[in-house]
Amino acid sequence: MGTMTKPQYKGKRYRLDKPELLAPAGNLEKLKFAVHYGADAVYIGGQKYGLRSGADNFSFEEMREGVEFAKKYGAKVFVATNIYAHNEDVAGIEEYLRNLYEAGIAAIIVADPVIVDTARRLVPGLEVHLSTQQSTLNWQAVSFWKEEGLPRVVLGRETSLEEIAEIKKHVDIEIESFIHGAMCSSYSGRCVLSNHFTDRDSNRGGCCQSCRWKYDLFEDARPEGTWVSEEDQAEAEAQSPAPLIPGVTQIPLHQQGDNPFSMGSKDLCMLESIPELIEVGIDSFKIEGRMKSIHYVATVVNAYRKAIDAYMADPEGYELKQEWLDELNKAANRPLNTGFFHDTPDHEDHIYEPEEKAAPYDFAGLVLEYDADSGMALIQQRNHFKPGQEVEFFGPNDTFFKQTVAELWDEAGNPLDAARHPLQRVRMKVDQPVAYFDMMRKRKF
Amino acid sequence: MTNKPELLVTAASLEESAALLDAGADALLIGDDRFGMRLAGHFSLEDTAAVVEMAHARGCKVYAGLGGLMSNRLLDELPAYVKAIGELGVDGVEFGDPAVLTTVKKEAPVMNLHWNAEMTSTNYATANYWGRKGATRVVLARELNMDEMTEMVPLLEVEAQVQVHGMTNIYHSKRKLVESYMSHQGRPSEGGSLGKERGLFLIEAERDDQKFPIYEDENGTHIMSSEDICILEDLHILMAAGVQSFKIEGLLKSTAYNVEVVKTYRKAIDLYVADPEGYSFQEDWMEAIRTLQDPERELSFGFFYKEQVY
Repeated sequence: MGTMTKPQYKGKRYRLDKPELLAPAGNLEKLKFAVHYGADAVYIGGQKYGLRSGADNFSFEEMREGVEFAKKYGAKVFVATNIYAHNEDVAGIEEYLRNLYEAGIAAIIVADPVIVDTARRLVPGLEVHLSTQQSTLNWQAVSFWKEEGLPRVVLGRETSLEEIAEIKKHVDIEIESFIHGAMCSSYSGRCVLSNHFTDRDSNRGGCCQSCRWKYDLFEDARPEGTWVSEEDQAEAEAQSPAPLIPGVTQIPLHQQGDNPFSMGSKDLCMLESIPELIEVGIDSFKIEGRMKSIHYVATVVNAYRKAIDAYMADPEGYELKQEWLDELNKAANRPLNTGFFHDTPDHEDHIYEPEEKAAPYDFAGLVLEYDADSGMALIQQRNHFKPGQEVEFFGPNDTFFKQTVAELWDEAGNPLDAARHPLQRVRMKVDQPVAYFDMMRKRKF
Repeated sequence: MTNKPELLVTAASLEESAALLDAGADALLIGDDRFGMRLAGHFSLEDTAAVVEMAHARGCKVYAGLGGLMSNRLLDELPAYVKAIGELGVDGVEFGDPAVLTTVKKEAPVMNLHWNAEMTSTNYATANYWGRKGATRVVLARELNMDEMTEMVPLLEVEAQVQVHGMTNIYHSKRKLVESYMSHQGRPSEGGSLGKERGLFLIEAERDDQKFPIYEDENGTHIMSSEDICILEDLHILMAAGVQSFKIEGLLKSTAYNVEVVKTYRKAIDLYVADPEGYSFQEDWMEAIRTLQDPERELSFGFFYKEQVY
C-alpha cells in the first residue's frame, strides 16, 4: 500500500463492522434475487425522480412487498431519487417522500439539495444519502453534507483510495463507493451530451449514452482561426508548427485503420482490491446496474459476498480466488478496470473497439424444489435448454458445479425433448444437491 | 424606471479586461486556473488586483470563478486564495462545491456568493436553498428553456444570472481523453498542446455539420457546444422577467469578437431600460456580431425554445 496509512476512526457510530454490500434492483424479482444472493441492502427506483426512466420502476405497493421480503433477510431498501429537479418537479416532492417513508424505505439517494432539504424537514426518519451525481470529492464538502444531517455520502467516482482515506480521517460519516459496474466517463451530472444530441435530459433520466458513440477528432487548420485570441494563436503556432495549408480548414487526427474517438469507459471491477477497500474504511460497496439482468445481479452479488465474507472471517489468511473473478466475467458486458481507485484512467481504460455488449452466459433455469432422495430438481425455465447441453448450477450457499443436462420431464412425468417455454416447470436429475433459488446458467458463445 | 440588469463578461487577460470595460461591461468574471472551471484566462493575484482597481474606478464589479470540483489537496491552498482576493476587493465568487461556500464565509464573508453548478442549477427551490446558505445569486443552467427561466425569477429569493451569449460546456471528465485516444492510436502527444489554443474538435459520425471543441487542462477534458447561444433578439423577454445579470461567455473567442458582442448587448440593455414600452430589437444589431462569428459555428437560441424529454 506504499505510503498510505490506515485511517483512524474517531468513533464507532458511523463505522459498520462489515461493509455493506449494496446491489441494484431494477424490479421486484431482481430485488429478491439480489437479497437472496447476499446483498445487505438494495437500491431501487420509484415512479418519479429517479435517473432510470427506462427501467420498470417500483410502485409503492411493490416497494412495500420488496421491503417485507428484504426484512426477512435483515436487508434494507433504498430508493434512488437522484434527478436534478426542474421547477415543475418541485411541487410533488413532499408527497412522494412521505409515501416512500410509509412504504418502509430506509433511505433515499439524493442529488438535488431541494430533495435533501425537503426530506430532512418533512420525514426525518427517512435517511438521506448524497448521490454520486453531486460529484463530491473532498472532505470539506462531505463535512458540509454531514452538517445538513446526512449520515452517508456516495463519493464521486473520481476519488482515489488515498483521498477516501483522507475523507474518512476528517469526517465521521458513512462513505459509499461504487465498486462494480458501468461508469459515466464524465463527472456524473456534468454531462449534457444527451440533451444536445437528442433533446433527452440526462439529469432527469433520459441519458442516451452519447459518450459511447463514435467521433472523429480534428484540429482547426484555418489560417484565420478567428476564435482564439491572437496571443493564444501565436502560442499555438509556436508550440505546434503544423503547416497552415490554404484552403484546408481541418486536419484529421486519425488515420486509415484507426478506431474512432470515444469517451466510453470500461466497466469498474474492484474484486481484486477488497482488502484495501475494507481497510480504507468504505462503509458501503455499491454495485451499479438497475437495468441489468437477474443473472448479472445474482452473479455479481454472489462473487462480492463471498470475497467480503472470506476477508472478514480471516483477514490475515485471505486470498483472492480465481473462481470469483471467473464468475464476474460470466456476467460482464464489457472489459473491466479499476476506475480512479489507484490512478487516473488512461488509454487502456477506454473502449475504442466495436463493443460486443453481451454477457457470455444466459440464465437458463431457476431451482424451485430439490428432492435429496431421488436427486431430482424442479426447474423453472428462464431460457431455452435441452438434454446434452452443458449447464452450470450456482447459488448463494455452496452450490457450484457443471453438468450435462440429462433427460427432462414435465410435472406430469412426460418426457420432453427440450425446455422450450418461458417459466415452464421441468424436472431433471442433478449431479449434486441444489437448493431453492439456486440458478442454472448456460453458455451463449 | 426599470432596474438595470448587469452585463457580465468573462475576461482572458488584463488587456481584454480593459477592452471589455471600454465596450460597456458592468462586471467581469476572472479567476485562477487552480480553482476556476473553464476560465477564459488565468489571473495571478497581481493581475486580479489590477483588474479590480480598473473596474472599481468605473463603478464596475469583478467576480472570481471558483467553480472547480475541489480535491482534498486543493483545500490546502483555497483559504489563502479566498482571503487574498477578498482583501483585493473582489466583489463576488462563483461556486459549485460546498467547500468553496464554507471557505468564503470563513475567510472573506464580505464577498458575495454566486451559486453556479452549471448544468445542475435547474430549479428555483434549490437556488433558494443555496440562498439560505449564503448565496446571493444563482447562475441558471443553460439547459433550461425560456418558460422555465421566466416562471422561476419571481420565485427566487436570490438574483438570477442567465448566459445570453457564447458557447457552453456539454461534457466534463477528469480523464485525459484526447491524450488517451492518441496513446491508443500509438501516437501520444508527447507533451504537445492539447489545450484551448490547439483548436481541437470532435465530429460525431451522424452529425458532420457540427464541430464540438474539445480541450484538456488540469481539470481533465472539456467538450463544448457546437453552437453559440445568442439571445439578443429576445433579450427583452428576460429583461421584462427581471433577470438581474446577463452573462457573455468569452471562452475560445477573440477579444475583438467579445468587444463587439458586449457593445451590442450594451446598446440593447440601455435602450430597453430607457424605454421598455418603445423598445424593439433591430435586426442590424446582429450584423456586427455576424461579421466576426466563426462561419462554422451557428448562432442559436440554445435550449431557450426547446422542449426536452426524459
